[in-house]
Formats: sequence, C-alpha cells, structure tokens
Amino acid sequence: MRVALFVTCLADLMRPGVAFAAIRLLEHGGCTVEVPQTQTCCGQPAYNSGDRATAIALARKALDEFEGFDYVVAPSGSCGGMIRAHYPELFRDDPATLKRIEALAARTWELTDFLVTVLKLDSVPGDFTGSVTYHDSCSGLRELGVKAQPRTLLARLPGVRLTEMNEAETCCGFGGTFSLKFGEVSTQLADNKCGHACATGADAIVGGDLGCLLNIEGRLRRRGDLKTRVLHIAEVLAGSMD
Amino acid sequence: MDVRSNEFKARAAANLDDEKLQKGLGLIKVKAVVNRAGAVAEFGDFESLREAGKQIRDRALADLDLYLERFEREATARGAVVHWAENASEACRIVVDIAKQSGVRTVAKSKSMVSEEVGLNDALIAAGIEPIETDLGEYILQINDAEPPSHIVMPVIHKTAEDVADLFHAKHGTPRKTDPAALTREAREILRPKFLSADMGVSGANFLIAETGSTLIVTNEGNGRLCTTLPRLHVALTGIEKVVPTLEDASTLLRLLPRSATGQAITNYVSLHTGPKRLEESDGPQQFHIVLVDNGRSKLLAGEMREMLRCIRCGACMNHCPVYQAVGGHAYGWVYPGPMGNILTPSYVGLENAIALPNAATMCNQCGVVCPVKIPLPDLMRKLREEQMERGLKPWPERVGLALWGWAAQQPALYSFGTRLAVRVMKWLGGNDKLIHRLPLAAGWTDGRDFPAPAGKTFRELYKERRK
Repeated sequence: MRVALFVTCLADLMRPGVAFAAIRLLEHGGCTVEVPQTQTCCGQPAYNSGDRATAIALARKALDEFEGFDYVVAPSGSCGGMIRAHYPELFRDDPATLKRIEALAARTWELTDFLVTVLKLDSVPGDFTGSVTYHDSCSGLRELGVKAQPRTLLARLPGVRLTEMNEAETCCGFGGTFSLKFGEVSTQLADNKCGHACATGADAIVGGDLGCLLNIEGRLRRRGDLKTRVLHIAEVLAGSMD
Repeated sequence: MDVRSNEFKARAAANLDDEKLQKGLGLIKVKAVVNRAGAVAEFGDFESLREAGKQIRDRALADLDLYLERFEREATARGAVVHWAENASEACRIVVDIAKQSGVRTVAKSKSMVSEEVGLNDALIAAGIEPIETDLGEYILQINDAEPPSHIVMPVIHKTAEDVADLFHAKHGTPRKTDPAALTREAREILRPKFLSADMGVSGANFLIAETGSTLIVTNEGNGRLCTTLPRLHVALTGIEKVVPTLEDASTLLRLLPRSATGQAITNYVSLHTGPKRLEESDGPQQFHIVLVDNGRSKLLAGEMREMLRCIRCGACMNHCPVYQAVGGHAYGWVYPGPMGNILTPSYVGLENAIALPNAATMCNQCGVVCPVKIPLPDLMRKLREEQMERGLKPWPERVGLALWGWAAQQPALYSFGTRLAVRVMKWLGGNDKLIHRLPLAAGWTDGRDFPAPAGKTFRELYKERRK
C-alpha cells in the first residue's frame, strides 16, 4: 500500500528524526512510503487563529498533494486531527471540494493509530530500554481517540516499563500560539505536567505530538532537569536512526 | 458589573503568583473533577443522557418563542405575574418597581448569576432597598465589600477557610474561628432573622417549565426555600433561554445538572414554584413575579453562538479547564468565567471588550467532552476568533505574523528556503547546550521555558540527501 507521510512542520524543522522514525515504522509494517516534497503545513495555526481564508488555502494545497495515496499518516494527533476532524468543516459550503476532502479525511491517520488499527503491527524495530511515562496529547486523545494505541505499541518493547503519571490526559499548556500569547499560563500548565511526569521517576517522557514535547522539554530544562529525556513515540518505537 | 475582561492577561499572570488563591483553586480538582467522574461512572450510560439533554435544549431553542408564550400563559393562569426585560437596566427597574409598589425594604436573595449579570444589588441599594445574600458563598462575598463571585456554582472557591475566618472575625466582631462548621453556624445565626424580616425574596431559576408555568431551582443549603416561601413577595429572575417544554424534560436535565456540577446524583433541595400562595394554602408568597431577561440572548439565538444557549450553568467547563484551574474566575473580568465565559462575555458585552477571552484557551476540548449538553465550546471560541480577524480586532503583530507565515506556507520553494535558514539560526542560538534561553519575538515562551534547539537541517533537506 502507498502511504504518504505528512511530515508536520515541527518534525520538519525541529526533530527530523521523528519523521525518519515514522518512515521506518511504516516500512516495517510493509508500506511503501512517499514524502510529497511540496508539503508545508496543515493550516492549523491559521485555523485556530481565526484566519479561515489561509486555513482553506492550505487545506486545498494539502488536498492536491495527498489525495492520490491509499493513506496519509502523520506523526501527530494535532495535524492528523486537523485534517480528519476539521478540514470538512472548512468546506461546508463547497460540496464539490467537500466530497474530496471527506475522502482525504477518512484516509488520514495519526501514526500510532495507523500502526495498531490499520497495519495491526505485532512487532516494532526499536530497542529502547528504560522506564517511560506517556503524555496523552489533547487532539489525538479527544479528536481521534488515541489512548490505547501508543501503549499497545510500547508493550511490544520488552525493555520498556510504562509508569502512568497523574493527570496524563490534562493539557500540557502548549496550545499552538497560546504558548506565546499567554506565556505565563502556558508555562504554569507545562510546569504542572513536568511535576506529574517527574513524580513517576521515569527515564523518559514520551508523547505523540512534538508541540507538547517541545513545551514539556522546554519547561523541564528551565527547571534544571537535564537528565529526563523527552521523546516522540516514533523515536522510541523505531529505535536509533543513526 | 464592570467589565474588566480586557485585563485578562495581566490578572491571570498575577493570580498565578497568588499562593492563597492557588490553594483555594486546588480544591476544584478534588471537589468537582473527581466527584463528577465518580458520579458519571456510577450512572453508567452518561453519553446517552448527554445526548438526550442536548436534544431537549435544542428543541426548546428551536421554538423558544412558542415555549415562552406557553410558559407565560400557564404561569399567569396560576396567579404569577410574568415580566419581560430586554436588557439589564430594564430588569433592575422591573424588580425595583415591584419592591417599591409593595413597600419592600429588605430583600433576601438566593444565588442567581442573572442577578449578577444585570447588577441587581447595586440597583436595589440605589433605590434604598437592602439586598441580603443568603447563599453562604454569596454572603461571604457580599460582606467582603461586594466582591464578585469567581465561579458560577462555587462562588468563593478562591477563598480558603482561613480567609473566611479573618473576614467573619473582622465583620461580625466575633472571636476568630476556622472550623467550617462553626463558621457556617455563625452565618446562619446572622442570616436567620434576616430571612424572617425580609419583605421580598429573589431567586434565580435553573429551568422554566412551559407546560406548568413553574420555575425550578436546585440548591444545597436550603436558603433558596426560605427566600422563596417566607417573604410576602417572591421574584424569580432568569434568562429567557432557561425554558424547557415539560416537567419530564426538566427531570432529564436534573439528572445531568448536579452530576456535572458537583458530582451529586441530586442536590439537597429541588424546588418547584408554581404560582403564589393559594387561598387554601397556609404558606408561600402573596405575590409571585417572574422576570425573564433577554440581555443579548435573542441575538445569540439568531447567530453562530446559538449552541451556547443550551448551557444549563453547571460549571463543568470551568472545573475541567486547565486555564481556569490555573488562574481562577476573577481573571476573566465579568460574571461568567472559564470556557463558557470565553463565549458569553464577548457575546454579551461586545467582542472588543473581551479581546483576550476567545483566545484564552489551549483548545484542549476538555470542556467540550464534559459539557452535559454537548456545547462545542472550542469551536465557538474559534468562530469568535474568526470574527476578531474579520473585524480587525487582533493585535497587529499577530495579524502581520500570520499573514507572512500563511503566504510563505503557500510557496513551497520559498518556505523550504525560509525553514532551512530558520533552523540554522536556531541551531546557532542554541549553542553548546542546544537550548535557546531567549528568543526575540517569543518572550512569551522563553520567559519561563527554554526552547530545545533543532539539529540545523530540515527533514526534507536530509531526506533528499539520504535518497541520493
């Protein structure tokens, strides 16, 4: 099956290893992975800032780039949720495009959901050893129902010990541009998250969305914790990429 | 009530540093979030109940005019007097007139957010009439120089028992005590004679029942019953959207409301008021007035915020909101805090007077999944953000930044060049520890957090290199 990787802006810029890990996992599951080279952003920052026109323009662009594939997979519940849960609303007054958008939305998956639900992966290539705690990102959890999937996959790694943190489902305070506009509040929420995560004593905080992870890591380092690792689930599952 | 919603950012930041406030706010998770989760689990199929609640509210709103007319007919037939108030000042004038016509000097009030919304206490005081708040929380606020509530169900959640101990000691002149039971007893001893001497009772209404013309209130302290039965006049003040078609509908909503609000299967008191005292009855008010307030609601009915009118005022959205939990209700600067306030405040006081509020959310949708009538709160906030964009109400740096980024993201070659440059600069800024401690234009982030620096090449760059 031909799978297009929706790289996501944050993986493209901040952590290319996450996108390479996603490719390795998809290929491990037997997919032919392609990376449309003109892709940029799903448009969510514009959408959530009230700039509907830009959101529509970027959604049209993504539609043209991604509609020819069997599946579209993103290593992010946030971008995946944007395409799956919100793109159709953008085209409610444009029936012709809406039909195409709905077809795209139905074929778009968050990475761990795709690996478990579609590929039914029973092994992963990673070799991570240590204790981890998992942060449930809001969009993945509440828009796409991603909760058990990453945990199912972590359980495939014999060296991984998962310890759940308190309030794992509570927002880390990132919220896209919210983290800039309301820095103090955002920092407080990130601090709460760091407290709960560190209380588990885990070696690594793992999650499925880079926005949350950069926010959590940023606060963790400012708190003086240089030791606890903050990893994307794809990095843990795929193993070392170098 | 004054609108201070445009001060949200500064007040929120100050509240984060207020240790006493933070201690009080910590109780929300214990009291409301945990209790609700327990009540929902015990109930079983709460999702079907939420859907039923949503449908009842939608049905009522779809024919709001008809149900309100029916309500008026039925209430009038049972001896109540129904008044219609288009706005806050009219609502106050109606209540003051009712009081003056009957020579009322003191008013015992049970908790009502609509009375906060219209500023009833100030209007009564201006007319020489003394309002006495009888809900314990509202009483505490009233004697603390009429401090506004910070929560719609738990108005003094921002105060600790220690705060109340100091306040009672100072205002009552009694020995200082911290035991909540003793404090409650003290308030009760002061309030009891006031109930007995009040000429008029003012309550809100959680629901208006069209088929019987009844108003319904839920309370836990019993003060609502005293306010509505002891004085010779009872005035129920509420919003026009509170009407539901039948008693059966109200009972369905009653299964949702206390569970969502406090995690109770039912409140200590559920009171239905149908007409004033009848000839053969020995108790009850001689006059029963119902004041139905529009104050912007009918405008919502016709617009994109219509779903907000489903709200049954349980407070679950704020209880579960990470932002509300962190900053408390006063930061929101008007009557309704939290996610509901992010929509109601700009809708009722003007979007330009509450610019921060629709943006003061991470869009985590925790509010949306707990709302008992399934109001898509983040979607409504987003629509208000769109309206801000259309009306040019967003700060110019945000507009310019968005426009530049949005344009670049539609030019793949330019975007690719720009991102390659950006990651190189960020790598350099990150230095040896690979952490950016200060980013120009992103102080909101770097004041409290580092920014993990990237490796210096974009994925798409590396992908091309590796494919060669």
